[in-house]
Amino acid sequence: MRLAVPWELAPVSTRTIRTYLLLLLFLALRAFGNLCLAWGTKHLHEALAAHPLAYLRSMAQPFIALGIVMLIVALLVRLALLSVADLSFILPMTAIGYVLAAVLGRFFLHEAVSPRRWAAVAVIFAGAALVGSTPHSTTGKIQGAK
Amino acid sequence: MTWVLVAVMVVATALSDLLQSYEMKRAGAQSVGARGVGRLLRMVVERRYLLLSIACLAFSFFAFMALLQSAPLSFVVPASAASFILETVAAKVLLKEEIGARRAAGALLVLIGVALLGGA
Repeated sequence: MRLAVPWELAPVSTRTIRTYLLLLLFLALRAFGNLCLAWGTKHLHEALAAHPLAYLRSMAQPFIALGIVMLIVALLVRLALLSVADLSFILPMTAIGYVLAAVLGRFFLHEAVSPRRWAAVAVIFAGAALVGSTPHSTTGKIQGAK
Repeated sequence: MTWVLVAVMVVATALSDLLQSYEMKRAGAQSVGARGVGRLLRMVVERRYLLLSIACLAFSFFAFMALLQSAPLSFVVPASAASFILETVAAKVLLKEEIGARRAAGALLVLIGVALLGGA
């Protein structure tokens, strides 16, 4: 008779832990990637919207380059996440990013977040989570499981 | 200027998602294994709508960067959620998807939230 090893005892929970680790990694990468981009672009000497070439030049700024790399890795992590979890689980969970952006803006960029903006962020989070929790295939041949 | 950039970002995001959704529904289910990713990359180059959607995505990202430069992070990221409203309407009208009560309520909440952001 074989001895049961720990990972055989709980195959479901290791998958769950892996899913949440990937989710945590994705949220952190996207939030801090956006923060790096915000920090980098705010310290540029030229306005980005005015010239298309300004974007190319801006990528030499270390924080902007770091932010873009983090966002690309975040996209890859999201692909991995999609392979272990349902889109209907991932979409509402990633709506946490709206709240994270407000928190990071408040504490790292010292933005003045008014009570009204906190309320707006909360309502947007709720709305995005609600949209994300709806069945995700209504037109294809594969109908959503009842 | 801020709201012009928000509009560019939101419309470009919605357009990109719509084009992707339309083309990928025609293409059928795809996998994301090592071979699947290669196949996906080839599809992006070969299918006109997917290329166009990548162009829209680039536009949306550049607008996002310009916004981050001039507006607070705590405004820009939540404002980007406005694409949910446009996408929900477009999904119903153009892609003929069924919009349930929950999705409609969610899009409405996002609309209220973005309106709140406007005066904050």
